[in-house]
Amino acid sequence: MVIKGKAHRFGDDVNTDYIISGRYKFKTLDMNELGRHVMEDLDPEFYERLEKGDFLVAGKNFGCGSSREQAPLALKAAGVACVLAESFARIYFRNSINNGLHALVCDTSGIADGDQLEIDLESGTIGDVTTGAEIDSGPLPGVMRGILSEGGLVEYIKKYGGLVAEREGE
Amino acid sequence: MEGKSAVGKTISEKILSTHSGRDASAGNIVIAELDFMMAQDGTAPLAIRSFERMDGTAVAHPERAAFCIDHSAPSPLRAVSDLHDLMRAFASRYGFELNDVGEGVCHQVMLDKGHALPGSLVIGADSHTCTYGAVNAFATGVGSTDLAAGLLSGSLWFKVPETMTVTVSGALGPGVFAKDVALMMVGGITADGATYHALEIGGETISAMGLDGRLTISNLAVEMGAKAGLMEADEKTLTFFRGRTDAALEPVSPDPDARYVEAVEFDVSDLVPQVASPHTVDNVSAVGEVEGTPVAEGLIGTCTNGRLDDLRVAARIVEGGNVAPGVRLIVAPASREVMLGALAEGLIEVFVEAGAVVVPPGCACCVGTHQGVPGDGENVISTANRNFKGRMGNPEAFIYLASPATVAASCLEGRITDPRRHFDKCPVP
Ligand code: SF4
Repeated sequence: MVIKGKAHRFGDDVNTDYIISGRYKFKTLDMNELGRHVMEDLDPEFYERLEKGDFLVAGKNFGCGSSREQAPLALKAAGVACVLAESFARIYFRNSINNGLHALVCDTSGIADGDQLEIDLESGTIGDVTTGAEIDSGPLPGVMRGILSEGGLVEYIKKYGGLVAEREGE
Repeated sequence: MEGKSAVGKTISEKILSTHSGRDASAGNIVIAELDFMMAQDGTAPLAIRSFERMDGTAVAHPERAAFCIDHSAPSPLRAVSDLHDLMRAFASRYGFELNDVGEGVCHQVMLDKGHALPGSLVIGADSHTCTYGAVNAFATGVGSTDLAAGLLSGSLWFKVPETMTVTVSGALGPGVFAKDVALMMVGGITADGATYHALEIGGETISAMGLDGRLTISNLAVEMGAKAGLMEADEKTLTFFRGRTDAALEPVSPDPDARYVEAVEFDVSDLVPQVASPHTVDNVSAVGEVEGTPVAEGLIGTCTNGRLDDLRVAARIVEGGNVAPGVRLIVAPASREVMLGALAEGLIEVFVEAGAVVVPPGCACCVGTHQGVPGDGENVISTANRNFKGRMGNPEAFIYLASPATVAASCLEGRITDPRRHFDKCPVP
C-alpha cells in the first residue's frame, strides 16, 4: 500500500512527554482529547497544521522515556499516519506498532518540513516528491507487518488468538 | 548470513533460542514463551483494557503473572484507589498474584518472590524490568498491550538483540559503590548508546560485588537505551534463590566464540563518587564538581538503591548524626523483606533517630505521585535512576542522582557532599 502526505519535521530525542505531556495523559484515557495536544510543547500549532494522513519526521531516539502507550495512541488519534525517524527508543517502537501506528527507521536528514512524501509500506521505500529523493527503510519484520495490517495487536490477537509465526508467503 | 549456527551464542541468543524452540541469532524475530510477566499500578489498568479489547477470557498461565501496587501506594487519590481496585478484581478473577500496598517496588518483589530466575525470560510493563538481568534473566520492559498479549497467550514476539559487552575491572575505593559504577557507565555510554542492544556486564569488579550492587547496575541498563543488562550467574546468585523457588535453576553463559557488536571496558580503580546532574542521567560528573550545591530533599530507596546493602551503608553514615535543618531525608525500603531486614538490624531506628522519614516499601516519591513531591526551585538528591525534568512531580525542581552514601552524607550537611568525608569513623569493606 502506498500512502501520501506531508512531512512535519522535528529533531532528536523527542521524548514521550513531548509527544503528549503528563499534564494531559494522567487525566484522561480519551485519545481524541489527548490527540489535540500532541507535540504541543515543541510546536503549539502542530495539531492545527496537521492534516489527517500526514507524517511526523524526526531525528534519533524518537519516543525515549516512559513505557506508557498514550504516546503512539495520541499521535494516531491526531491523524498521524506514520512516524519516520533515524532511530526509535525500543519500547515506544513496539507500542507504536502494537497500536497500529506505522514507524519507519530511515535516513531522515534530507527530508524538510513540508515535503510531500509517498511511502510504500510493503517495500519500505519513501519517495520525497518535493526533492525527488528516494529513501530506503527496508521492510519491517513480518510479524510487525502482520500486526500493522490488522490495525494493531489487539485486533491481531482477536483474529489469530495469539501470536503466530510468520505466515507463508510473507 | 552463512555459517550462522557455527557461530557461538550470546546469553540473549541462548535464552531466546530455548524459549522459542529455534536457533535464534541477533536480528531474528522469534515468538518465545514467557516465564513470567508483571505490571504495576501505572501500567496494569491499560493492560487490563487491552486484554478486554482482545476479548480475553483466561490468562494462559496464572502462575506466571503478577500485578504490583507500588507506584502510588497507599493511594493518594480517589481515582487511583479505583484503579487499584480494578487491578485487585482482575487478578482475583483470573487467579494470579497481586502484590498489594506495602509489598514493595515491583522489581524487588519479583526478585524476593523468586519470579525472575537465572536463564528465564521475563517481561514487565515497566521500563526498569531490565533489573533482573543481574540474576541472569533476560528481562525487558514492554508496553501495556504487549503485556496483555502475554497474559492472554503466554508468549510474545522478540527481535533477538545484538549484544555489547561491558567489562569492569579494578577494586572500588572507600566510599565508592555500585551506583557510582553504574552512573559512570551511563555517562560513558550515553543515554542512547546501547539502544536495541543487550548488555553483557561482567569483570572482576562485578564478580566481587554482592547481588544488591549488581542489581543497581542492571537497573540502569535502560538509561543507556539497552533492552537487557545481563550478568552471568555465580554462587552468590544461586545462594540468593535458595528457599525462594522450587524450580531448577538453569543459568546461561555465553559461548566463548559468541559474536558481539562492541566491547567496552572500564577500570574503576581510581573512580570517585559520581553524581548525575539535572536533567539527564548521562550528565555525570565527579561529586567534587557539584559539592556544596544546597539540597532540600534526599531520597534513599527505589528499585535502584532500596536494598539492604544500600540501607546499611546509609545508616552507617547517618548514625549518631542529624539530618540538617530544613532538609527532608526520605527512606523507602524496596520491599517488605528489605524492611524486615532493616528492622532486624536496627537500621530503621538509626534513620528515625537521625531525623529521617521512613515511608512504606514502594516507589515513594521517585515518580512524583506522592510521599515527597519537591517544591519549586528545590534541589533533590536521590538514589533513583531518572532525573528528568518533572520526574518527581514538579518541573521546577532539580534532581541529582547519586549513591546511598552520597545522599546520606549530603542530607547531614544540607548540601551535596563527598561521602568519603563521612567514612572516617567506620571501616569500609
Ligand atoms: S522505584 Fe521509581 S524507577 Fe523503580 S519502578 Fe518505582 S517509579 Fe519506577
